[in-house]
Amino acid sequence: MSAASPAPASGPGSASGPSSARRIVGAVIHQPYIWAIVALLLLLIINLVKDPSYLGVSVNATTGNLSGNVIDILRASAPIMMIAIGMTLVIATRGIDLSVGSVMAVSGAVSMEFMNNSGGGDAGTAIMAAALALGISAVLGTVNGVLVSVVGLQPFITTLITMLAGRGLAKVITSGQNTSATNEPFRWLANGTVFGFPVIFVIGAVIVAIVAILVRRTALGLMIESIGINPRAARMAGIRPIGILISVYIVSAVLAGIAGIFSTASVMTVEVAKTGLNAEMDAILAVVIGGTSLAGGKFSLTGSVIGALLIATLDKTIVFLSIPSSATPAFKAIVIVVICLLQSQRVRALFARRRSRTTPSAPVPTRKETVSA
Amino acid sequence: MAPTEPIVEMEDISIEFPGVKALQNVRFRLFPGEVHTLMGENGAGKSTLIKALTGVYKIDSGTITVAGGPRSFSGTADAQNAGISTVYQEVNLCDNLTVGENVMLGHEIRGPFGINWKKTHEAAHEALVSLGLGDLDPQQPLSSISLALQQLVAISRAMVTNSKVLILDEPTSSLDANEVEGLFQVMRRLRDQGVAILFVSHFLDQVYAISDRLTVLRNGEFVGEYMTPELNRTELISKMIGKDYGTLAALGSNRGRVAATEGTPAFYKATDLGRKGSIEPVDIEVHAGEVVGLAGLLGSGRTELGRLIYGADRPDSGEVTIDGVTSEVHSPIAGLSKKIAFSTENRRDEGIIGDLTVRENLILAVQARRGWARPLSRREQNELCEKYLLELNVRPSDPERPIKNLSGGNQQKVLLGRWLATKPELIVLDEPTRGIDVGAKAEIQEAIAALAEDGMSVVFISSELEEVVRLSERIVVLKDHRKIGEIVNGPDVTADTIVDLIATEGSAS
Repeated sequence: MSAASPAPASGPGSASGPSSARRIVGAVIHQPYIWAIVALLLLLIINLVKDPSYLGVSVNATTGNLSGNVIDILRASAPIMMIAIGMTLVIATRGIDLSVGSVMAVSGAVSMEFMNNSGGGDAGTAIMAAALALGISAVLGTVNGVLVSVVGLQPFITTLITMLAGRGLAKVITSGQNTSATNEPFRWLANGTVFGFPVIFVIGAVIVAIVAILVRRTALGLMIESIGINPRAARMAGIRPIGILISVYIVSAVLAGIAGIFSTASVMTVEVAKTGLNAEMDAILAVVIGGTSLAGGKFSLTGSVIGALLIATLDKTIVFLSIPSSATPAFKAIVIVVICLLQSQRVRALFARRRSRTTPSAPVPTRKETVSA
Repeated sequence: MAPTEPIVEMEDISIEFPGVKALQNVRFRLFPGEVHTLMGENGAGKSTLIKALTGVYKIDSGTITVAGGPRSFSGTADAQNAGISTVYQEVNLCDNLTVGENVMLGHEIRGPFGINWKKTHEAAHEALVSLGLGDLDPQQPLSSISLALQQLVAISRAMVTNSKVLILDEPTSSLDANEVEGLFQVMRRLRDQGVAILFVSHFLDQVYAISDRLTVLRNGEFVGEYMTPELNRTELISKMIGKDYGTLAALGSNRGRVAATEGTPAFYKATDLGRKGSIEPVDIEVHAGEVVGLAGLLGSGRTELGRLIYGADRPDSGEVTIDGVTSEVHSPIAGLSKKIAFSTENRRDEGIIGDLTVRENLILAVQARRGWARPLSRREQNELCEKYLLELNVRPSDPERPIKNLSGGNQQKVLLGRWLATKPELIVLDEPTRGIDVGAKAEIQEAIAALAEDGMSVVFISSELEEVVRLSERIVVLKDHRKIGEIVNGPDVTADTIVDLIATEGSAS
């Protein structure tokens, strides 16, 4: 995945890169998520200006672990990446999944409660807890999928219901408590490292890669896009919309379940009222920033990954610049509005027109043209 | 009328899209008080030229002169300000507003307390009266009147802005004969008032009935400008397609023979196939290599029967045997797996997946039948595209272009390719030639005849009875959602035979 590459590719001083890099830039520049990349770089530059060592990554000599702000961003981006990927697939079918935040809470509640009650600190318990959490997430996803595809409810309403019911379910599971547990293997998921990289990010990247392969190397992506662009025509061409719709809602819920495990494992506590709160908004924003239209159809997983990275970077930057917490949502909103504006058809057309106007090849209409029969 | 000065003059217009020259040095003139028809095959550049004139597309070179002054349009508003109004095939009005509100939208008459609705509706009434539509109540909701009347309302709306130029882009394609006559009356009235009308239609009869002047385009190039009485139909068609009319006339007459399939078991046989509310139980048989036509008026149930055969709708009665095996066809994918294909009449809503490429559209049905887990390799996809784009003469033949950028006839060919790629043994074609021009029509008819020749069973649905008679071996006639008869085609059978059957059946019952 190109997830980690854009940041170091061009530092602040590399205005004139080598020609091979220029070709890659040329390919990327026409992608809808180009402005997300620009914003990401800008945020990093702002941070660099404040602290020239911001991008520094240090290696711990004894453990080989990498540490630094970039590593922190990667770690923080993993849960957002999970829900953004699932959300991308759902949105591509003309749907939306508002329940991802609640599913995160349910997943966290189930795993914490299980480990708390079983009391085992071994890897087996951790695996059981995770499997149980993802199983229940999948059930919630199935409910969404069946209501949308078989019953024909609107995705917005359906997932709004599961969003409300899900958080209630999480509270029922923990009896309203913020359940904690101790289990080192489970905690390792969020705090451990593999080859110096955070486990959470490595798992996230692997899952993104699996989903990307599943969707783009099979015909699933084509079918999802077909349903999103023209559901009636897709059905007439022999695609079974029900199966695909149920699948994408299950995938979205399971990925949200993974995100729930990620975000509870770091503190080994589920805060039933806060875990995954407003996560659906982050996911939808990441998808939109990544260039997938909310109207469904064509989607870009790479774009959503970049969107997730941008949101994680934005969150970190807000803390780093010590913007008062009361102003955080407004700051976030401004950045996102600007990106969405830059991506809009109208603004892009404006840029394109300006560019064509400056090129000398644009013909000047001459009035006197001889009539050629 | 002897117009001295054209109101619109387009000279040396060229427009290039990435990889395609949509228009090359095209010229076009429009005189006041004249109906000027733009003729050409699908993809000839008619729509592009209209979009250049209405400011949708920017021209790459050339000049547009309106009412003596050169113009450069950078948007539709510029064209409207220059007095050019357009009425498209799909009516762009607000269903939920009244007729009067639609006519006056944006030109409401204001009083001291905001809009004076009474005066606005009076003005709307006047505008309607001036087009001979005085019977229409401006207070009526738009959704309550027929599509044909809505089209006339759209024209009234265009005339409220005192347009000097009116563009009618295929206004007649969904109207019946009476409605077309009504439209023509309005057009003649406007013409006599001095309005210049640009008309586009695929129906030659209509073109000859209404137009004073013709401009023919072919492959984005200007072929010629003619006065209508000076160019007969045969010449016109040859100019449009660039080849001799004889090749078209020769087509299909050999299919008048009676099927030699009597007595052999049918490939597809349905008894009492029906669905409540859409079609009463019907018996139908199709042999291998046979073309069975479904004839009947609009709303007679011909489309519904085709959909039941494919499984697009779920039949609630009847027994189907395919190739001797009793089968249930309850969904499109079931139809596909029984080697049945269905090409819809509703290309835009049920056919194309607009944002996907030609390649993706073409392979979609094959891929759907294989299932998502067994994707076609890129090489297999390219082979399918190469084969069918060439065989069906799709232009432009670039498989990576979004299908929505192709003209209607070429979209239809890609869809036909989609179904042929599934190697069906029975194909149901619902209005495969609707809204496409003579050349493409002939190509599609040729393709259908060739398919049957190769042993495929074809169910052919068309509202053009001549076409049904020309292609089919047997004709199932439908009326009021039931089958009223079956005609074995022969030398004596003509479109009138079918019309008579429909008419007498009506009086008998």
